[in-house]
Amino acid sequence: MKAGVVVFPGSNCDHDVYHVWKHVLGEDATFLWHEDTSLQACELVVMPGGFSYGDYLRAGAMAAQSPIMAEVRRHADAGGLVLGICNGFQILCESGLLPGVLRRNVGLRFLSRDVHLKVDRDDLPFTHRLRRGQVLRMPIAHGDGCYVDRADRLDTLEKNGQVVLRYCSPAGRVEANSEEHNPNGSLRAIAGICNRQGNVMALMPHPERCSEGVLGNEDGADLLRSVAESGTAGRRRAGSGR
Amino acid sequence: MTEVLLDEPQVDVALAKRQGMTAEEYEHLVMVLGRTPTYTELGVASALWSEHCSYKSSKVYLRELPSEGPYVLQGPGENAGVVDVGNGWVVVFKMESHNHPSYIEPYQGAATGVGGILRDVFTMGARPVAVMDSLFFGSLDAPTDGRPSRMRHLVDGVVRGVGDYANCVGIPNVGGETRFHSCYDGNILVNAFALGIARRDAIHKAKAAGPGNPILYVGSRTGRDGIHGATMASEAFGEQSAHKLPTVQVGDPFAEKVLLEATLQALRSGAVVAVQDMGAAGLTSSSFEMASRGGTGMELELSRVPLREPGLGPFEIMLSESQERMLFVARRGKEEELSRIFQRWGLEVAEIGRVTGTGRAEVRFRGARVADLPIAALTDEAPVYRRPVREPRDLVQRQWQPQVPEPGDIGAALRSLLGTPELGSKEWITRQYDSTVRTNTILGPGGDAAVLRLKGSPLGLALTSDVNPVYCFLDPFQGAMQAVAEAMRNLACVGAEPVGLTDCLNFGNPENPEISWEFREAVHGIARACRALDIPVISGNVSLYNETAGQSIHPTPTIGMVGVIPDLVQVPVSWFTEAGDRVILLGDDQRELGGSAYLRLLHGIEQGRPPVVDLDAEARLAELLRYLAFERQLHTAHDVSEGGLAVTLAEACFGRGLGVELELPLEPVQLFSETQARAVIAVPPRQVKAVLETAAELKVPARDVGKVGGGRLQLKLSGAKVAVEVEELRRVWATALPRALGM
Repeated sequence: MKAGVVVFPGSNCDHDVYHVWKHVLGEDATFLWHEDTSLQACELVVMPGGFSYGDYLRAGAMAAQSPIMAEVRRHADAGGLVLGICNGFQILCESGLLPGVLRRNVGLRFLSRDVHLKVDRDDLPFTHRLRRGQVLRMPIAHGDGCYVDRADRLDTLEKNGQVVLRYCSPAGRVEANSEEHNPNGSLRAIAGICNRQGNVMALMPHPERCSEGVLGNEDGADLLRSVAESGTAGRRRAGSGR
Repeated sequence: MTEVLLDEPQVDVALAKRQGMTAEEYEHLVMVLGRTPTYTELGVASALWSEHCSYKSSKVYLRELPSEGPYVLQGPGENAGVVDVGNGWVVVFKMESHNHPSYIEPYQGAATGVGGILRDVFTMGARPVAVMDSLFFGSLDAPTDGRPSRMRHLVDGVVRGVGDYANCVGIPNVGGETRFHSCYDGNILVNAFALGIARRDAIHKAKAAGPGNPILYVGSRTGRDGIHGATMASEAFGEQSAHKLPTVQVGDPFAEKVLLEATLQALRSGAVVAVQDMGAAGLTSSSFEMASRGGTGMELELSRVPLREPGLGPFEIMLSESQERMLFVARRGKEEELSRIFQRWGLEVAEIGRVTGTGRAEVRFRGARVADLPIAALTDEAPVYRRPVREPRDLVQRQWQPQVPEPGDIGAALRSLLGTPELGSKEWITRQYDSTVRTNTILGPGGDAAVLRLKGSPLGLALTSDVNPVYCFLDPFQGAMQAVAEAMRNLACVGAEPVGLTDCLNFGNPENPEISWEFREAVHGIARACRALDIPVISGNVSLYNETAGQSIHPTPTIGMVGVIPDLVQVPVSWFTEAGDRVILLGDDQRELGGSAYLRLLHGIEQGRPPVVDLDAEARLAELLRYLAFERQLHTAHDVSEGGLAVTLAEACFGRGLGVELELPLEPVQLFSETQARAVIAVPPRQVKAVLETAAELKVPARDVGKVGGGRLQLKLSGAKVAVEVEELRRVWATALPRALGM
């Protein structure tokens, strides 16, 4: 599956996700410049992590106004896949492709550590290799990762099954009030969501940073491989082991 | 020559003194020029001849440091040093201090320290892949007159500053160290290290060549921030230092990230002759240093420099230390191509002059000549001092061997040590730093050394930064040797062989003969260790005048060392990983408590001779550790350092919460002895025989002392026993720093 990694001034995980997509998963990848007006026939658009435009004003706010975002929106409306990671999540919220807001972490400090995530949806193009209730370990590295929205909208989000991942304990217990297990204070411990149609998904943790054995953790590869294999009717699914 | 009306002060010796020059230096300048300097010339000369830029008090000693080796492509003298690590790759690294600004304004001071060191690395054509920070703070319980402690504010500001900057640029912070000691109450130290990688043929040097080539100014606009920062960093602090706020620069990590990408792209284009960051002394040092290296001259028209606010005069433009600015020498005819690259990244570009063959810097402002200076006389031929040295009067008292109290309850003593911010976990700090971006981090902060993979090769890169200022205070020669030896030992614990080091030499006022003596001894110590261990010094930085109201810091020669792991398959970790593993002690204890954490932190005694450094023993131990790591016989390797064997063992238990049961032929107090050239390793039982045999071959004392397992740290000593729950110790250790900070 051809992935386009959007590069904004200040993106800094663009090379990381490109590396995993191309060299670990063996898929086609290209960079897309924020001023581009073509997605170069990419089936997947990745909004990478970083500090687009320095996160000045608000995280993701300026990037959401970039020329390429019109194309990304068109792609999403047509059912194309969009994956946002960290700053990419913030940009997707700011541009309205996903609901809610990512606010300053509850402890008001940048947090770089491993977290545990419980899988709520395993029927999405992004998660079909995972199973519901499974616990993943992934690193987070962000200052603005506290997911918030109005209570009634959160109810709707949950009712629609748009919550994909929640922060949890290593044993898989979701405790929204635990600073240890929900470190940025996200409401209802939400770590990753998707849109109503399930073709746009974003998460704060970094799957691209835990997709190789040499780094001591491959939990992220399952998520990224799900996307790669969701393309042309799981053309590669048969050949790849878990 | 057109006349421009500039409201500038009268230049005389009194003004020169106010700008930090001595009367002799001013006279020398007048003699070199054959006339009275202009106001701008005086500013330029005082910046270039400041301690910070000229190394005038340290140069005579720095020459002793070995800087060559078969793999060294660039030693000191460039923006950063370069070493070949094989497979077509080179590493570029340097460490630099940002002490004075960080004390005045901790957030911006520390942030711009990171920014400056990153620019030093990427101007060489290397992509930065890691940073480390070595931080030295005063005691957290210093008297505060009922106000919130200033030191806590400094810790918080510095950590946020380091974190926000590197996090935003996207460079993982993978290590360093943090220390607390009352000698830093009036002068904290912020030493920032950066490591970059490049293909061997991509390295660029900052040598302005080719008369006629245009000079481009790229990046942020010039403002009034940081004017004369280099001079400020060359003075001791007094009562008035709070007024120095405008001399601190303000950082913009987003501008840095964009500048980083644009610079690397520009260097790849072939359109660049030379580039240098406008760091300390801004446009002055970048232009003079590039011309000096190239043996050329420069013409500059300052009215073309993009300004942040109107009204800056030539003096201010030449000396501003506004951040995220670069000076490029372009290949003539290629300036358009270069400008397009910068503009694509949204960066401002201005052509502000050209290279000449005159050997002079001719600086104009709106057409009028404001400076005309001979470059060599102000750079290579700058004043050099061999300052008087004198052994400290109290050296005998410092080194007097103190009475060593018995620990009594060993478990309680260990708990107390682990509960100090000095020896407690630094996770409160490192959690605020992104350590995994760029997906190379195999081992991040918290171990003996950080380990990165080098994508596209089987190699691993290991890095560490070390110094024990208390040892250096008691004996700067031994202390400096110890810093080099410990850095090598830390690298060996992850199986890495050193390829080079960078030093950041932080000392007090060199005009005090006792401080100059400390400096000389420390440099001797580094030189001795580097020669014996065959490690070149490829870059470095000197920070003097770390003194407030006559109170100097301890000598603090921070050593940043980089090593290579030939085959990144199984890297030993600093914690126990498998119950049942056998624990082997490498090296023998010599009962050395002088300058130990045990005496200082538990008994308030900072006295005695620090542990003796046996470089031969260090070399053999390091070779053994590297061999065992390469043969994949090690699960765990952790060096014995501050706090002695007791702290080493406790730390090794914390990683997985695994205990140990050991029988040690030591008396209780020896658990806290800090004898060097020692490490604790853990190996699967089937490897014990082979490991002991290899150790014997390499003449490293080795002893199988017990096994990993259970949840307790259980030690059977000569005439005493200890048994403590690991979890209980871990909790004390993990909460020590936030507790001390009141977080």
